[in-house]
Amino acid sequence: MSKYREIIQNGLWKNNQAMVALLGLCPLLAVSNTVINSLGLGLATTLTLVASNVIVSLIRNRIPKEIRLPIFVLIIASIVTIVELLMNAYFFKLYKILGIFIPLIVTNCAILGRAEAFAIKNPVDLAFLDGLFMGIGFTFALVFLGALREAIGFGTLLDHANLMFGAAANNWKIVLISDYKGFLLAILPPGAFIGLGFLIAIKNIIDAKQQKKSLGNEDTMQIMSTKPGTG
Amino acid sequence: MSPVLESVFRSAAFLGLFAVVGTSLIDWTHHQTQKRIAENERTALLQRFHELIPAAWYDNDILSDKRVIGDKGFPESPSSITVYRIRKYQTNVAVVIATQAPDGYNGTIKLLVAIRENGELVGVRVVAHRETPGLGDGIEESRSNWVRQFAGRSLDRPYENGWAVKRDGGVFDQFTGATITPRAIVNAVRRTLIYYRNYKTELFE
Repeated sequence: MSKYREIIQNGLWKNNQAMVALLGLCPLLAVSNTVINSLGLGLATTLTLVASNVIVSLIRNRIPKEIRLPIFVLIIASIVTIVELLMNAYFFKLYKILGIFIPLIVTNCAILGRAEAFAIKNPVDLAFLDGLFMGIGFTFALVFLGALREAIGFGTLLDHANLMFGAAANNWKIVLISDYKGFLLAILPPGAFIGLGFLIAIKNIIDAKQQKKSLGNEDTMQIMSTKPGTG
Repeated sequence: MSPVLESVFRSAAFLGLFAVVGTSLIDWTHHQTQKRIAENERTALLQRFHELIPAAWYDNDILSDKRVIGDKGFPESPSSITVYRIRKYQTNVAVVIATQAPDGYNGTIKLLVAIRENGELVGVRVVAHRETPGLGDGIEESRSNWVRQFAGRSLDRPYENGWAVKRDGGVFDQFTGATITPRAIVNAVRRTLIYYRNYKTELFE
């Protein structure tokens, strides 16, 4: 049970592929200009990550160690091509927007990274869980960055949700600031770097606070005993 | 066989096996999705056309009734141009010319230019571009009305010198901070109109 919990925690927070491992920056920075684009790429990446982890784990005892990397690459490239075809067939409009970035998932080091660091050494259920939560963690970071950039860049949230959720989502668009002129920097690539920087900073602040809390009592006692009366 | 060679062959066989399985899966998915993808692309193109050409204007298969022409008359244009013919009761109604403005701020801008038989513009739509978001992307119909100002214009409305953006002394608006993009489109549309005037008969053939 605690093993599952650890995998989930690692994927979502402690070893978040986007904010801690800093893997998959290429698609992360290129596509995160709106919430919907982020969500689309995040889900496609998650799907690939789960499929790749499961397959690698299934064959982990059969493949010769010395050629495992070429085999990983082959598996990942095949999965991504299939995901691309499926998206083209079933989410055509979204595919039109994300299309050129889908092949980039092949080069997302997070996927190769999980295959090599986790799936090859663990049974299928754990590998599945790891893929799923690493993917969700990546998607969360992407969507958060997308929301940040869309809000600052366009003054909206969830614009073009219908590309993903169909006509029902036509009025999901939230206008935060009406008659907003837009802020170009947030939409362009530099905005992505700055945004990611803030995201990582926020995460570090939260981590630091938590650490302080857990060490809190000892710390204060120590400070009080060693330096009485200062400050 | 030496043990080294044996291990090489074993690894190669493994890799080959994975290649075969992977390729078969891709091929199978490709077959399953092929029809749907082709249909999607057709629907998308038809939808674009319907923004310009009402369904009541034609009774021919507008997506197949097309002609690909060379670079004649478009010296700046690097690739060939597709002309879709709109006809009803075997009478020529209009053409939709899939052309491009090669001199956008960030490369080529792909356009659909719809021209009535008499040389009057039905309208212009931008199909693909890489102009700066927030500056040049006002050329998209969904972002601003800019591209609608072409409707109803022709080579004598405005006359020759008017076919330019306002900064160049013409009649067409530019955007604040972006002149190059609108200029490229105005020029491309004008060239297309001239081309249509010169080769009208051939285009409908």
